[in-house]
Amino acid sequence: MPIIDLANPTRFLAFSGRVLPWLWALAAIGLAVGLYLGLFVAPPDFKQGDTVRIMFIHVPFAWLSMACYGTMAVAALGTLVWRHPLADVLQKSAAPIGAAFTFLALVTGSLWGKPTWGTYWVWDARLTSVLILLLIYLGLIALWQAVEDPGRAARAAAILTLVGAVNVPIIKFSVDWWNTLHQGESIFVAGGPLIDPSMLWPLFVMAVGMTVLFAALLLMAMRNEILRRRVRAMQIVAAGG
Amino acid sequence: MIAPGTHDGFIIAAYVIAVVVLVGLFVWIVVDGRTQRRRLAELEARGVRRRSAGSSKA
Repeated sequence: MPIIDLANPTRFLAFSGRVLPWLWALAAIGLAVGLYLGLFVAPPDFKQGDTVRIMFIHVPFAWLSMACYGTMAVAALGTLVWRHPLADVLQKSAAPIGAAFTFLALVTGSLWGKPTWGTYWVWDARLTSVLILLLIYLGLIALWQAVEDPGRAARAAAILTLVGAVNVPIIKFSVDWWNTLHQGESIFVAGGPLIDPSMLWPLFVMAVGMTVLFAALLLMAMRNEILRRRVRAMQIVAAGG
Repeated sequence: MIAPGTHDGFIIAAYVIAVVVLVGLFVWIVVDGRTQRRRLAELEARGVRRRSAGSSKA
């Protein structure tokens, strides 16, 4: 089936219904293996000790908080350029999931920061820009709730999403552009990752498992939103509107 | 393997909070899905049809 065919909500419901059980199985296996490797196989860090194990959830949450926003930005283009209802559905469904992952990135980072840096929080560029990302997610959720007409809400949310997208490269490069307490890039660097393979592999497996979990949650939320729009359309018909 | 240490509380708290938030998110999505399906079934039982039902649009 051509990928463009999935842009039809009815076909999307059928396709996602078939894919979801596989995604849940993959997520369960990935996270189970990742947690085993991260908690029981990976060695403690020579400086941080066992607190480095927070990395195996903190880093995937942080990656996915930005990946989710990137996905929403692409969907926002779909809303504004093609006015496609499935792009609206994706935008709205992804915002609460992105907010949850960003919140977890902040909380797990804070719990990692206290024993490592001696503080839960500093207003450095990385932490502050991720907090701004969370506030943007919350603003988008509020915007979706505030505007009753889904089409108008989608266009307003798309504009705010695209304006807020400038924050994503700021998050990514904040540790290079400013002097931050948060450590610099250690995985996607020229010359290869700076993390030992004994920790890099558990992190990679956790990241894959968490990404599949994110995809499964997003597909479920999108299916709900399609049904919500059908309910709304039928209620309008029932009211004679 | 984790050895008992002075920072265990931070590790445990991070993982517990992550599980609580993710399970909460999952439950919220499942409950929302059931709510929408129930509302859809109620409307269909009353004989209500979408205008675009034949063209399979959302």
